Amino acid sequence: MRASRLTLRFVALGYLAVLLLVPVGLVFWRTFEHGLAPVWASVTTPAAIHAFWLTVEVAAIAVPLNAIFGVVAALALVRGRFAGKWLLDALIDLPFAISPVVVGLALLLVYGRSGWLSELPVQVIFAVPGIVLATVFVSLPFVAREVAPVLREVGDEQEQAAATLGASRWQAFWRVTLPSIRWGLAYGVVLSTARALGEFGAVSVVSGKIAGQTETLTLLVEKRFENFDLAGAYAASTLLALIALATLLAMTALRRRAE
Amino acid sequence: MITVRSLTKRFGDFIALDDVSLQVEEGSLTALLGPSGSGKSTLLRVIAGLETPDAGAVTIEGADATRVPPQKRGIGFVFQHYAAFKHMTVRENVAFGLRVRRRPRAEVREKVSELLALVGLDGLAGRYPAQLSGGQRQRMALARALAVEPRVLLLDEPFGALDANVRAELRAWLRRLHDEVHVTTVLVTHDQEEAMEVADTLAVMDGGRIVQTGAPRELYEQPANAFVMGFLGPVARLDGHLVRPHDLVLRARPEDERDVEAMVARVTHLGFEVRVELVLPSGDEVSAQLTRAEADELEVARGDILWLRPAGPMVASASSTPPDRVPAR
Repeated sequence: MRASRLTLRFVALGYLAVLLLVPVGLVFWRTFEHGLAPVWASVTTPAAIHAFWLTVEVAAIAVPLNAIFGVVAALALVRGRFAGKWLLDALIDLPFAISPVVVGLALLLVYGRSGWLSELPVQVIFAVPGIVLATVFVSLPFVAREVAPVLREVGDEQEQAAATLGASRWQAFWRVTLPSIRWGLAYGVVLSTARALGEFGAVSVVSGKIAGQTETLTLLVEKRFENFDLAGAYAASTLLALIALATLLAMTALRRRAE
Repeated sequence: MITVRSLTKRFGDFIALDDVSLQVEEGSLTALLGPSGSGKSTLLRVIAGLETPDAGAVTIEGADATRVPPQKRGIGFVFQHYAAFKHMTVRENVAFGLRVRRRPRAEVREKVSELLALVGLDGLAGRYPAQLSGGQRQRMALARALAVEPRVLLLDEPFGALDANVRAELRAWLRRLHDEVHVTTVLVTHDQEEAMEVADTLAVMDGGRIVQTGAPRELYEQPANAFVMGFLGPVARLDGHLVRPHDLVLRARPEDERDVEAMVARVTHLGFEVRVELVLPSGDEVSAQLTRAEADELEVARGDILWLRPAGPMVASASSTPPDRVPAR
């Protein structure tokens, strides 16, 4: 019994090590192979700094949008009674099912030069709005999928109690519903952020990859890699990985508090 | 005063309320009593505005409330599973109704302290619901409901999730509280003992209808039908009729031709009471309840032949409703 449990633990950890830790660790290793100075130089080039801030900016727009949509969608899914609920349920998972590259192409079809909405006053494709749209699309399901089960578990009795005590729907939402789903929401936001920071495929199609303008961190990594600037690619990767790691740590801390 | 007229409510094919009318007197404590699925909770939720009736009307203190949302009905509602706001302390829970009404802070503080003292939770104001026992949570829920000074207090199986001894204690406490606060109260319960002990008026429900309304004693002594009789207490079946076991008089010798002959099958001593199980010539069994003194005087023993006669109210046993139905606990 004890031996088999140890074996199981060893296999699980070994699997994770080979699949995740070793590759990521190697990136870190190669990054700092020649000390800190070259790394610092390659992450402080104007293009790198711009890519960093663009990535943060896109996430800062996409994640709040997803959080609001996710809460509303979860409320509709769990509390709502309307025809076509199954459709909403299925649509929310669409970004999980569709490859990001396809998402990018679809956005091109809609907003591109010969697309349906090509006449918009703002430029979408090859500009920041397109990157935001692509990012929102691919990171859409996380909040709704984290919040919905929490809502279901909490039930609606507390909201009913709030109503009998005179709270309007809006007051009941802010004072009762939102606090009781806060950990699920926070978890969904963290996952959504991690996904937004790391998105490559869809953004790659719609951004146009203009250095200093529409180049995000993931695109910068790809460009440097293609140009045989391996050290630069590793440095940018490490920067990206560190941001992702920070969000993951935040998530673990949140989960601890939730429990 | 609450008046309910011809309420009907369906959930799909299930008829939860079937043309229900009821009047709850000002300042009374009325119990809606019935088995699960009888429609009592639905009736309470319709009065609260948490369910919308398909037909009929609800009037609270003379004003039509049928289409009024729960927020504006002036009610206090207590849920079986407390519905405590888990992320708020006891004090914040009780203050909730006043806070959403934007009452001045000083007033809220004073009112909440007063209520916490009333329900005996003054020492636990800073705790969270998870740190309270079931009984304490329910007292908190009651204080929370009373904080907004409701015109009507509605309690949905408030003690249903509690241990038997806590339940008995809280029910005595609720009765005292009602005598003190005097708010018109409707209590839903499936426990006939609870209803008889706490309420001054009972409305017995079965299959989405109110079968009988009246004072507890009135219903116990003059049940309208076999269902009410069976639901409110133990019954013995005698010759197609129902009678209370303690209303069966046993004699060693027949007094006249109305007495029925029976043989003692078993005698069980239950402290002060003695239960005598008898077999009639027809083969039917009937159970009688005697005091110990009566049993001693008769010297009842297994195999004896006795004569019995009902001395209390009798109701024809209907075949549709099983009279020996015992309320689920």
